[in-house]
Amino acid sequence: MAKKLIVSLSPHVHTRDSVQRNMYGVCIALIPALLTSLYFFGIGAAVVLLTSVASCVFFEWAIAKFILKREEVTVTDGSAVLTGLLLGFNLPSNLPVWIIIIGALVAIGVGKMTFGGLGCNPFNPALVGRVFLLVSFPVQMTTWPVPGQIGSYLDAETAATPLAVMKTAIKSGDASVLDQLPSSIDLLVGQTGGCLGEVSALALLIGLAYMLARHIITWHIPVSILATVFVLSGALHWADPVYASPVTVLLTGGMMLGACFMATDYVTSPMTAKGQVIYGISIGFLTVVIRTFGAYPEGMSFAILIMNAFTPLINTYCKPKRFGEVLKK
Amino acid sequence: MKTFKIGGVHPSESKLSAKSPIRRAGLPKQAVISLYQHIGAPAKPVVAKGDEVKVGMLIAEADGFVSVPIHSSVSGKVNKIDAVVDASGYRRPAIFVDVEGDEWESSIDQSEDLVTLADHPELTPETIIGKVKAAGIVGMGGATFPCHVKLSPPKGTKAECVIINAVECEPYLTADHRLMLEKPDEILVGTELVMKAVGVEKGYIGIENNKPDAISLLAERVKQHPHIEIVPLQVKYPQGGEKQLIAAVTGREVPAPPALPIHVGAVVQNVGTTFAIYEAVMKNKPLFERVITVTGKDLRQPSNLLARIGTPMSQLIEECGGLPGDTGKVIGGGPMMGKALMHLDVPVCKGSSGLLLLGEREARRKAPQPCIRCAKCVSACPMGLEPYLLATASSLRKWDVAEENGITSCIECGSCQFTCPSARPILDNVRMGKATVMALIRARNAK
Repeated sequence: MAKKLIVSLSPHVHTRDSVQRNMYGVCIALIPALLTSLYFFGIGAAVVLLTSVASCVFFEWAIAKFILKREEVTVTDGSAVLTGLLLGFNLPSNLPVWIIIIGALVAIGVGKMTFGGLGCNPFNPALVGRVFLLVSFPVQMTTWPVPGQIGSYLDAETAATPLAVMKTAIKSGDASVLDQLPSSIDLLVGQTGGCLGEVSALALLIGLAYMLARHIITWHIPVSILATVFVLSGALHWADPVYASPVTVLLTGGMMLGACFMATDYVTSPMTAKGQVIYGISIGFLTVVIRTFGAYPEGMSFAILIMNAFTPLINTYCKPKRFGEVLKK
Repeated sequence: MKTFKIGGVHPSESKLSAKSPIRRAGLPKQAVISLYQHIGAPAKPVVAKGDEVKVGMLIAEADGFVSVPIHSSVSGKVNKIDAVVDASGYRRPAIFVDVEGDEWESSIDQSEDLVTLADHPELTPETIIGKVKAAGIVGMGGATFPCHVKLSPPKGTKAECVIINAVECEPYLTADHRLMLEKPDEILVGTELVMKAVGVEKGYIGIENNKPDAISLLAERVKQHPHIEIVPLQVKYPQGGEKQLIAAVTGREVPAPPALPIHVGAVVQNVGTTFAIYEAVMKNKPLFERVITVTGKDLRQPSNLLARIGTPMSQLIEECGGLPGDTGKVIGGGPMMGKALMHLDVPVCKGSSGLLLLGEREARRKAPQPCIRCAKCVSACPMGLEPYLLATASSLRKWDVAEENGITSCIECGSCQFTCPSARPILDNVRMGKATVMALIRARNAK
């Protein structure tokens, strides 16, 4: 018989979904936040993001090709671009280029490629990079420019961020310090200091809606984190007004970026809906504890990294409900 | 609208032949009738080379309880009994009959008249099951489990309802859909026969709502059958899976193996099987022909053909406009669970529900990428399993982990592999693991 047929096992059809579609889908979801960061921080944001993305992609390519000696170098799968974007979003817009490159090297080199590359890393690579920079360069990493200085980069004027104000209020025990906080509307839109990608909660929420609509992620992680934080910080605020109101807590710092984009990273989050809810609640709890009682004003990154470490354990104990497990009569 | 609760996916429906009425396929020059057309022991031939056979004549008898007899689908002379590579890809014995004329056994009622249960008040459950068994009927949705076994519930179980599987959730396939449009009354009488055989008062016919014409036609005709209810179902794959259909219609979930559907009181029969039961009991006609969907995006004339068992697939393709130039894969059955055929001369069997031609590009699998742990396979699994974990455990040969995580519950529907963004061969690995674990369990129980 002349015609050779392909013989393989079923299923013979496949969805149009792919790794690229998901990775670039998240990148597209970050576009609103990207635009707001460019609007508020101008050249600084552009330099930081470009450096971060370019060096993440470069390090992934170089490590795969020259150190791991892989035949196929898959930098086009979009995961390195995404790590670069997220790392950049987690940095102040006046950070010097050389520090960003070190961050990218740690994120991709230590956070991802040492474990074998895409799909193998236990911790979120962008957060590994950010936390490494935070503990290594505490001064540079915690001076944030005032938004609106479009033309300036390293010379940008800096000011205390809302999170620092909240911390001062707790330390001094004086609730009137909180009056210095910007209004909730400003926090929502982004008229406030902070890392360049986290200033506008609204832009990040638009991105979340996009990811939910395209079925890139499910609601479990972001909703459980945000609900937990709202309830816990609400309880604190109700007990003692020196703690900021729950709405302010939700809209400040890396809360939205962390809950929507960092904690939902496929590789490092649990596999079942039940596990994802437990993971989300734990992140929310740890974030509030660190923000309120810890030394750092921001706790999101640490909370996510801590829970990344618990993900295998959660996967072991949180199983989906099997078909026919409880027999209904 | 009802459906099952856990998992499921939505492959593109591609029901190209839905508007094409069933037409008779031509007789083959030589019919190749496999002895392995059902699950269980193969049939034993009762004819030899040179014997004359008629349409409907017994040519191989059942070998044990879980086995069925096979009847000639053509008239002519037995040429030989020899091995043939069938849809499973294995070489298996078959009876080759050279076709001469088309002479039917005189006992078969060839008229189109509807015979109802009222015409035959003397029918008892035993006679119905006896006729079904003698007619060689198997599950015609593709599973090919002997039908009389399902109609004889084991001791200690009690059937409460009959569910007719008219879901046809596999993309492309329309054979059951057309059968419902063209033989609705026969199917309803067949449903009553099944209900009588297992002694229940309630029958359901589950149909996905992408077949509104069949739903409204049956809903109209069912008025004369007060014990039967038409249940429209939300479109979701794999709703035609026996356990998923029971869950969708009754809300009851069949427990993990070795439990059977009968343990929740359900007896499920495919709609094509139900029609065959009607013909066997009321028309004395053994199972020797069936409706098969021949389809494909590049095929000139996607059709539903009434073909004799043993007709080579190549002839069916010719009757639908010939093999398209860039055909890469030929699938016996649907795209989700069907089997890729090794060659085009595979004969039609009792379980052949479809013949699907895929183009070269669609036929090739995408290159697998690393698992990104997106958990889409976990959400898709209709059995509530963790396919990524079962696949990894199987490939690492950790059979105990696979068993603990319920690998034997897998129904091999392919939803996990279909949905995987990394295009990983999840089901390939799970199948291998499931077969190994089942063998280990059997060995353990034998001790």
